[in-house]
Amino acid sequence: MKEEIDVLNYFLNPKMEVMKKQEVEKLLKEYGIEKNQLPKVLESDPVVKALKAKKGDVIKIHRKDPTGEYFYYRVVV
Amino acid sequence: MKRRSKFQIPPGEAVGIVAAQSIGEPGTQMTMRTFHYAGVAEHVPTGLPRLIEIVDVRKEPKKPTITIRLKKEYAKKREIAEKVAYEIESIFVKDVAKIIEDVEKGIVVVRFDKIAGEQLGITKEMLLKSIKKGKRKIQEKGEDIIIAVDEDKGKKDEKGEKPKLFSKAKKVRKLFEKISNTLIKGIKGISKAVILEEEGEFIIRAKGSNIRDVIKNKYVDPSRIYTNNIKEIEAIYGIEAARNAIVKEVKDVLDMQGLTVNIRHIMLLADVMCSEGIILKVGRHGLAGRKRSVLARAAFEETIQHLTRAPVIGEEDPLIGTTENIIAGKTVPVGTGRVLLEFTPPKTKEKTERKKRK
Repeated sequence: MKEEIDVLNYFLNPKMEVMKKQEVEKLLKEYGIEKNQLPKVLESDPVVKALKAKKGDVIKIHRKDPTGEYFYYRVVV
Repeated sequence: MKRRSKFQIPPGEAVGIVAAQSIGEPGTQMTMRTFHYAGVAEHVPTGLPRLIEIVDVRKEPKKPTITIRLKKEYAKKREIAEKVAYEIESIFVKDVAKIIEDVEKGIVVVRFDKIAGEQLGITKEMLLKSIKKGKRKIQEKGEDIIIAVDEDKGKKDEKGEKPKLFSKAKKVRKLFEKISNTLIKGIKGISKAVILEEEGEFIIRAKGSNIRDVIKNKYVDPSRIYTNNIKEIEAIYGIEAARNAIVKEVKDVLDMQGLTVNIRHIMLLADVMCSEGIILKVGRHGLAGRKRSVLARAAFEETIQHLTRAPVIGEEDPLIGTTENIIAGKTVPVGTGRVLLEFTPPKTKEKTERKKRK
């Protein structure tokens, strides 16, 4: 019996989504970096599994910190 | 607008060093003593020991604590909170019964303790049921439950050269241990559940941490459960949740000591620790050991190992980082010194044409 845990609604997890290819290209161009310079997230991460993201996808994280709202990005490895 | 830009961090600022100092300096003032704080079941390490625990990413904190919140519709009902607390709290046979071992007869006698049982809400039937689960031969004699060691297995042992008495004593001992640690009810690892009231809600705080089993309880809200075991959060809810848990834990430690550190420093620390997809320790086995530059690693710890290993595996040092450039005596790429490195003139048509003309 494997109960699915609702990972995405966990109170410590901000809203996350998989980015489209064009968006990723735009992002990398804006910062002038390569994909592998982004912070990483493992393919086996529960959130990645819940989002059904694949290796090489970039996940956009809508972070809400005490200092303000901003986007954070993680590449699936 | 002017004021705002005054407070913005200029590009190339050595934020990592500033963060390290900003967390490290108050760290020296922290008391080594651990405090009891009101209303909590167990006293959890605070102050420096706890901070070290967090940055070292121990697999399990010294005193794991779980905070359980109920689903919204039940959150304000004390009865349900009490019920959940009762259900999750683990009780072993040794808590409600006196266990006597008799080596000569090869038996273990379990004597139910009525007073302790009443306090913990355990009946003799529950005790019997949990002992029976182990499929042992059980005899009841008044208040006593007699369990004999398996004789069949004993005969097999006799073929070996072990003396009979020794193996029997050993078996009784083993059985004794097994029975005293048999779970009657509750969730493995959870004990000492305490109900607290927080903002009109009843929350349960308990010793031990076992998210996976606790959320199977139908009243527990799985999206608001919390534990101070960051590794467990990482495994169940992912790296992003773990990052937020680190921020929260470090902030709690510093707040408790009455120290104010700008949260940006803590956030940076947490971000760096989680940047590789797994939580890295701060130290030679984690963050510092992952640096690309040989010189930077050698400058930190285990200098000789790094320097001898580098030529063997043919490592290259592109001299990008700060430490390497200090060693090499070049301009350090921090602040205004960074401009040199950032600016690689793009190869435009004009330039190549100019070169040709020359």
